[in-house]
Amino acid sequence: MNVRTEIVNQFKQVAQEQGKRLAPLTDGLELMNSGLDSLSMAILVSRLEDSLGVDPFMASEDAQFPVTFRDFVNLYENVAK
Amino acid sequence: MKTLQNSSSLWEAINSTVEVCDPFVSSPETKFTLRDLLAGSVLGGRCQELSGSSVLISTTDQIVAAAALIELDGVARRMVLCPPGLPAEYLPSIAKSAEADAIVSDRIIEDPAIASVGSFIHCDGRIVPKGYGSPGRYETEWVLLTSGTTGVPKLVVHTLASLAGAISVGNPGSGHVTWSTFYDIRRYGGLQIFLRAMLTGTSLLLSSAQTSTADFLAFAGAHGVTHISGTPSHWRRALMSSSAHLIAPEYVRLSGEIADQAILNHLAQVYPNARIAHAFATTEAGVAFVVNDVTTGFPASVLTGTPGVEMKVENGSLRIRSPRTASRYLDKEHGPLKDANGFVDTTDLLDLRNERYYFVGRRDGVINVGGLKVHPEEVEEVINRHPEVRMSLVRTKKNPITGALVVADVVLRSAPGSESGGDRQIQQDILLLCREELAPHKVPATINFVATLAVAESGKLIRRHA
Repeated sequence: MNVRTEIVNQFKQVAQEQGKRLAPLTDGLELMNSGLDSLSMAILVSRLEDSLGVDPFMASEDAQFPVTFRDFVNLYENVAK
Repeated sequence: MKTLQNSSSLWEAINSTVEVCDPFVSSPETKFTLRDLLAGSVLGGRCQELSGSSVLISTTDQIVAAAALIELDGVARRMVLCPPGLPAEYLPSIAKSAEADAIVSDRIIEDPAIASVGSFIHCDGRIVPKGYGSPGRYETEWVLLTSGTTGVPKLVVHTLASLAGAISVGNPGSGHVTWSTFYDIRRYGGLQIFLRAMLTGTSLLLSSAQTSTADFLAFAGAHGVTHISGTPSHWRRALMSSSAHLIAPEYVRLSGEIADQAILNHLAQVYPNARIAHAFATTEAGVAFVVNDVTTGFPASVLTGTPGVEMKVENGSLRIRSPRTASRYLDKEHGPLKDANGFVDTTDLLDLRNERYYFVGRRDGVINVGGLKVHPEEVEEVINRHPEVRMSLVRTKKNPITGALVVADVVLRSAPGSESGGDRQIQQDILLLCREELAPHKVPATINFVATLAVAESGKLIRRHA
């Protein structure tokens, strides 16, 4: 499965469920401005763990928190490798 | 450590510091100096009417509540701090339990169910002149709300002295300290920071209802915040913003949730000049201890070596006795808050490994989603209303953003069918029901259909705690 495509799909899905208006998911988009609040982000990460089988946040105590959408995708792509 | 004198009201305590350092309280929209506040009234000069009253403080903006608290402590017999997002339908039962005589609010409350409350005082933070000095001689009860099993909040009774028990008062003019918090001051963790600032002559920066995390960081940074607190979830959110670099705090404090090693490491990395501390406190048990070694869990020696706080582990959970604990629940139905010996059972389960204690969950299964408590029974009760549901078990799932999420295991009346068929529809219906009935953090992130759930001989569901 393409990691980026799955992430985009889950962003859309969670935003819809939580009634949030999702900003266009460009590489430079700051996650804080994506339209998802903390709870939505938490649900997103949980869903991605189910679908991709990884939680890169839990994988390392020293992994950087992602700031942009590109950072977020990189985080998953690097763990999936 | 010099703690607050029992007889002092907040007004009096602040009055003894303002001349030295002229502190202020500010949000991005509103600002007042404590000197102006002490000289005037945010209650339209009607404070004396409330002498000896029980008052609900139900405002949209926390800075307005802050001003009202300062004016009413010592004057009112009781103040109830309604937290943000409190569902309006709970207000009548809270007013009844608190025997409220008055409501202070910055909005119009039209619920006829609270018409019995005698007076309504509009308070929008505007300070008007008042024709009296420092009134009031009550040791006011400060009532905080905390989540209850049935959804209706529990009312926890403190005094200014119990709330301020962990704060070293006075020492005004220590100079450059400016406090801030991601918390709302109407929750225990935020109230601690509010009182810490007020009792030490320090300015305080607060968010308002409409402030985003990024804007708040920019605001706090621009005003030179030096000391700042929040839950691990608040901090994770902050660190996922490029604005995290707009503050350069000397002191970073975490509380309200388990501080895991990852968030402690991240904070140390982003704020290399900050002392990073995580505190253990609950609304009922008060502030117990602070850990300064930037390591998750706490040294076993903390249990016996914390001045003024007695702690023990019994049946696996942490019990606390100190002058900082709340005195009681206002509603008798919630039972005693302490045991016969005065200990509060936090129900937080501890695991001892290599002379260090680690938090591993709660005996009562309570789930902590970003600092907000969820009682599983409350969510199960909603899920079980669905006609296709035989029984359900709500449990925690670890999460790196909010610490935990709520998930539900559900047994259907008919055997689970195919994923694509009717079950998915039932899943959606259950979620819809939950979204209608529950606050967003209580809605299960996932619903799993399972064939059975383990039931003990007592007939109760077996809950796993961690």
